[in-house]
Amino acid sequence: MKLPDLSNISTLLVGDAQAERVVPPSGYTANLTLFTSAAMAFLAVFALALSLATGRLADRWGEELARSSTIRISAPDDQMTAQTVAALKVLETTNGVASARALSADEQRALLEPWFGPDLPVDTLPIPQLIEVVEDSSGFDADGLRLRLQAEVPGAVLDDHTRWRKPLVRAASRLRLLGWVSLFLIGFATAAMITLAANAALSANAQVIKVLRLVGARDGYIAQAFVRRFTIRALLGGGIGTLLACIAIALLPSAQSEGGFLTGLGFQRWHWLWPFVVPPLAAGVAFAATQAAARKTLKDMP
Amino acid sequence: MIELENVAYSYGGGELLSEISLKLAPGSFHFLTGPSGAGKTTLLKLFYGALMPTAGHIRLFDEDVRGLERDDIALVRRRIGVVHQDCQFLDHLPLADNLALPLMVSGRDLLSEQANLKELMNWVGLTKRADALPPELSGGERQRAALARAVIMSPDVILADEPTGNVDWEMSQRLLRLLVELNRMGKTIMIATHDLALIRAAKTHVQARVLRISNRRVQLAGADL
Repeated sequence: MKLPDLSNISTLLVGDAQAERVVPPSGYTANLTLFTSAAMAFLAVFALALSLATGRLADRWGEELARSSTIRISAPDDQMTAQTVAALKVLETTNGVASARALSADEQRALLEPWFGPDLPVDTLPIPQLIEVVEDSSGFDADGLRLRLQAEVPGAVLDDHTRWRKPLVRAASRLRLLGWVSLFLIGFATAAMITLAANAALSANAQVIKVLRLVGARDGYIAQAFVRRFTIRALLGGGIGTLLACIAIALLPSAQSEGGFLTGLGFQRWHWLWPFVVPPLAAGVAFAATQAAARKTLKDMP
Repeated sequence: MIELENVAYSYGGGELLSEISLKLAPGSFHFLTGPSGAGKTTLLKLFYGALMPTAGHIRLFDEDVRGLERDDIALVRRRIGVVHQDCQFLDHLPLADNLALPLMVSGRDLLSEQANLKELMNWVGLTKRADALPPELSGGERQRAALARAVIMSPDVILADEPTGNVDWEMSQRLLRLLVELNRMGKTIMIATHDLALIRAAKTHVQARVLRISNRRVQLAGADL
């Protein structure tokens, strides 16, 4: 049995429309395929947006946190300034440190504001002094710096963000993976549903197939009639679902630092082109699923 | 053209046809008769590859049917026109499209075949019914339409299974005349029927060989016909 291969989808779509006419119009399977494709395309675009957003998040967290470190100095009030100056001197002579500066009282207040409110009397609280360290491209030896600080600034603790960064980046990477897995599951679910619909259509048209065979139709011709119909419906449904999902994503609140991850869900710049891949993919899935279903059904039919 | 050699066909554990050997020569005219359930339809299905023999050999146009793929059988069917008693049509397509169905499935250009199609519809007297859907046709119209569809590809062989089963005597004579006309054009005709009056009427127009299925075997019918 000769059936058109996947490379012939475009030929199939513009090709023998006459072949499709031999199959009677069927509202139930047509609507089912259209709805399934639209719903799955909608979900696929969201899964795609999730994957891309978490990818960006993982990259940003990884990059931003990897480039900066913090030194926390906990010392009695009368030693705080001396230890801060000593720490800065150590940092000045440390290879791989691009810059280092002690955070002002206002900056430290701003850091605590989300938890304690805007009127926090920082001066009256035993708050450690923070020093922000920015690495250069080569980076510094964190273990070596820790040893030097231990010797010269007893109240200093270096936090290179490793213990924060790793789980965050890992979580974001897992989310990205989850997004891709969701995309694959959506693809398989689409294929399964279209296969069921195609099988129903083939069974309902057993008499049509019998007549076509009687007049000398090859199985490839019969299959093409069904495959073409389901592929076009999946393409149309995929287009509708994708369009609706894009509108929904465009209407989401724009990315803000206060909103964190959730407001960053969406596409940025050329990533808006990615959703346009979804309708052809839906058509491809429908093509393969219907072709497999038709091949099996026609083979089993006497 | 079509040749059967010691063919047997079994179904559900029982043998329906046994030791059948016969040959349909080009341009010959045959009747296949026998009581209902004798296996006339089964034998016709063996002729056009819809069924495979359980024993023996069938050669369709010099090809052993067992060696043919499903697509090869489809190609063979384009050389064999089949008319069924129940006249299977696609009910959602108008009559003209139904008649053109063999052209469609063989990839012919329908526009260039329009003249042939019109001529054929005129030949069977259905020109005015071109846009009618099959369920809207009478029994006689359906039979003539089935015959027109069977010959549109200009097949070498025409197999008709009880073509006059659902029509009155006048219409059966009209159908018979069409089949005789096709035979005079060189087509090989095989008509399965239990209507002995039809066979007697045909013998006044054409030299036909009458075969009878009896006890699972095919015999040449005697002079009583």
